[in-house]
Amino acid sequence: MATTGTAETTRRDFLYIATGAMGAVGAAALVWPFVSQLQPDASVLALSSTEVDLSLIEEGQIVTVKWRGKPVFVWNRTAEDVTKAKDVPVASLIDPVARNANLAADAPATDANRAAEGDGREKWLVVVGICTHLGCVPIGHAGEFDGWFCPCHGSEYDSAGRVRRGPAPENLAVPPYQFVSDTKISIG
Amino acid sequence: MSNTMSFRSIALGSLAAVLMLAGPAVAQEHGAPKPPREEWSFAGPFGHFDRAQLQRGFQVFKEVCSSCHSAHLFAFRNLAQEGGPGFTEAQAKAVAEQYQIEDGPNDAGDMFERPGRLSDHWPSPFPNEQAARASNGGAYPPDFSTLAKARTYEVGFPGFLIDIVTQYQEQGPDYIHALLNGYHDEPPEGFTLPEGAHYNEFFPGHAIKMPKPLSDGQVTYSDGTPETVDQYSRDVISFMMWLSEPHLEARKRLGFQVMIFLIIFGGLLYFTKKKVWRNVEH
Amino acid sequence: MSGHATFEPKNPALKWFESRLPLVGLIHSSFIAYPTPRNLNYWWTFGGILSLMLVCQILTGVVLVMHYTPHATLAFDSVEHIMRDVSYGWLLRYMHANGASMFFIAVYIHMFRGLYYGSYKNPREVLWILGCIIYLLMMATGFMGYVLPWGQMSFWGATVITNLFSAIPVVGPTIVQWLWGGFSVDNATLNRFFSLHYLLPFMIAGVVVLHVWALHVVGQNNPTGVEPKSEKDTVPFTPYATIKDAFGMVCFLIFFSWFLFYIPNYLGHADNYIPANPLVTPAHIVPEWYYLPFYAMLRSVPDKLGGVLTMFGAIAVLFFVPWLDTSKVRSGAYRPLFKQFFWIWLAVCIGLGWLGSKPAEGGYVIAGRILTVWYFVHFLVILPLLGLFEKPKAVPASITEAVLGKNKGAAPASTGAQAPQTKG
Repeated sequence: MATTGTAETTRRDFLYIATGAMGAVGAAALVWPFVSQLQPDASVLALSSTEVDLSLIEEGQIVTVKWRGKPVFVWNRTAEDVTKAKDVPVASLIDPVARNANLAADAPATDANRAAEGDGREKWLVVVGICTHLGCVPIGHAGEFDGWFCPCHGSEYDSAGRVRRGPAPENLAVPPYQFVSDTKISIG
Repeated sequence: MSNTMSFRSIALGSLAAVLMLAGPAVAQEHGAPKPPREEWSFAGPFGHFDRAQLQRGFQVFKEVCSSCHSAHLFAFRNLAQEGGPGFTEAQAKAVAEQYQIEDGPNDAGDMFERPGRLSDHWPSPFPNEQAARASNGGAYPPDFSTLAKARTYEVGFPGFLIDIVTQYQEQGPDYIHALLNGYHDEPPEGFTLPEGAHYNEFFPGHAIKMPKPLSDGQVTYSDGTPETVDQYSRDVISFMMWLSEPHLEARKRLGFQVMIFLIIFGGLLYFTKKKVWRNVEH
Repeated sequence: MSGHATFEPKNPALKWFESRLPLVGLIHSSFIAYPTPRNLNYWWTFGGILSLMLVCQILTGVVLVMHYTPHATLAFDSVEHIMRDVSYGWLLRYMHANGASMFFIAVYIHMFRGLYYGSYKNPREVLWILGCIIYLLMMATGFMGYVLPWGQMSFWGATVITNLFSAIPVVGPTIVQWLWGGFSVDNATLNRFFSLHYLLPFMIAGVVVLHVWALHVVGQNNPTGVEPKSEKDTVPFTPYATIKDAFGMVCFLIFFSWFLFYIPNYLGHADNYIPANPLVTPAHIVPEWYYLPFYAMLRSVPDKLGGVLTMFGAIAVLFFVPWLDTSKVRSGAYRPLFKQFFWIWLAVCIGLGWLGSKPAEGGYVIAGRILTVWYFVHFLVILPLLGLFEKPKAVPASITEAVLGKNKGAAPASTGAQAPQTKG
């Protein structure tokens, strides 16, 4: 008798557990579309490339273009800017990593790894114009390091867009981009 | 006993109420016959698009329809999207680059043209509705984006109830197929065709401004599919249906999974309910 | 209300909280210990199904608004953007659009059940009226929601329905202009409808709370219409009613899914996939199916103001049903004549719905007039008179007796056992 009773209890419990579990799975699955809809939609993802004509940017000039709704700085650096950036030892930087989407994630933050790749292209610096602290847009040709100065909380960047002072933890990000011709880049 | 009886009659009555009221109400246009029901690969619970057919349909759209009809919600990227015609991204990009898209303004403040990109939408043949009307004898060629869902005909009683069970949702494709194949060279005797109109058996009022758009051999298929008006129209309608409902396949696939889940879950709940109530007469 | 068990927290933290805000106790007494008549049939699960649908509509609606643009030039394309580009956007949008129809199917079944079993009678008049208010709010919400995709049916539906108010003498035209915020249905109209469409569901939720509160004060009606007399007549809400409601909900969801996944445009109009065009009216405009009976009544009266009054009167009369029905017997199950008139009336409603979808011409108009008259005669003449002349069947002494009698009656050997009970 006792055995029968236990078996019956087990069967009933199993039914309850199976029903409850199935309900829980269903509810969890139902949540997914409501969460999934938050991600960038297909039309936003498609708008991922912006072309910039470099021939219009004079030496020393920083041009701001919009890419994915964010400012991207394209800087035609002078020889002096480049030399200054090259002279900084990587070990002394706040963030020694290049933060260049076109390179490996652990590439060191040398000027060569920050600037455009290729002969005669090292004068071009392309960075996302968003302070890595809390997202403000830094001011160009400002600050003690001749790069950018962020007006929000005083972070300063050098002429390779690397953070040198202030609360910002990382160098300005280099977006994925490539040269489609000698005078044109495509960001994204 | 009378209680049981009334439950049953309520059940039937309410079901009838629901079904009757649920009917879509669409006017049967005077004089236009009901389009015959065609076979479509995308119909039914397991319906899906035929990739090759969508590609052919796109070709017909590109080479014939798009010279007058716009499709402003159609982006080049859609060609490579899951559940669509199955082009690769490179192929879709190549298609996009064949078209010049207006962009701008540039730094000088001028608009300029550049080759299309995946994110661009299909360029409209006319800059605006007025221009489209001016070029088409006053008629506006409707936009293709949602057209396959925007056309219908009245099914009538009791067909509209049966359609719930058979999942018939292809009024639009059937109507468009009938229309594309419904042109007559001469109107029947006694019918006066207005100036600039063409006689079509299935068009409401019969006088349609669109000249017969397709003729045999007009579009060259590379895969050996028959080059007939009937085949062209089936292909382009499949393409239009996909354009109107790009996630149709995903919808039906998810629907099947949800149904299976709900039926099993419902079964479990039924037995749980029986078990809970086993000692209570009710 | 005699509960089966009262909630006494053991946990000290819960005890502390309970003595300051007896929230768990409230939930316990309302949804766990709450005594439910043991003989409720599946028509009683539609209350729970309606709550589910309200939650479904609010959740999908809130999410859709994250992607929708309420502007005359952008609304149509933004809905299509949801259908095409937003992850699972097609699912959420179809869920919302078909969910509205499912909500109405459920509410109609809920109302017909209430009318059949006399759930509006003393002491449930306030409960019934609150339900009528919810229904009115649902109609307003559904109408304004249908305008938002800004297709041809949206636009012309909005035009026709707002023009109803122009029938009001003297101030009518001004009211219509104020409704529109202009001289025709346009961007301003779309924006205010959007605002109200977002607001009203929360008002519905508020009235639903009152509705449930009123229900828990007077208790549920049941198929016999006899009030529970002892604890034997009821079972605790949980697990008995919850599991039954859950089963009912899943069955309803299967029905819902059929439409949602396989025929999502069946209940809509093809014309609404054509962007709104203020210069061209579609050949045949009809409202959504759930308004069709009222639309038929509107068109069956040849006078503009008369038609509008008839239409609103058809809803207004529902508020007075508790006093129009003079019968002492609550449940229609024991009222042979009422039962027949009820089914006739239901057929009239369905007939009106069908006529509402037909063009207003010839025989359709005449049929519409006859059915409209019958609709009102049922409430204003038949219901009051039935109470005076109808000879009801014997009502069981208690729910338990009815339940046991039914189950015994079902067994062929003891058919006779039912007789003394029905007499008694």
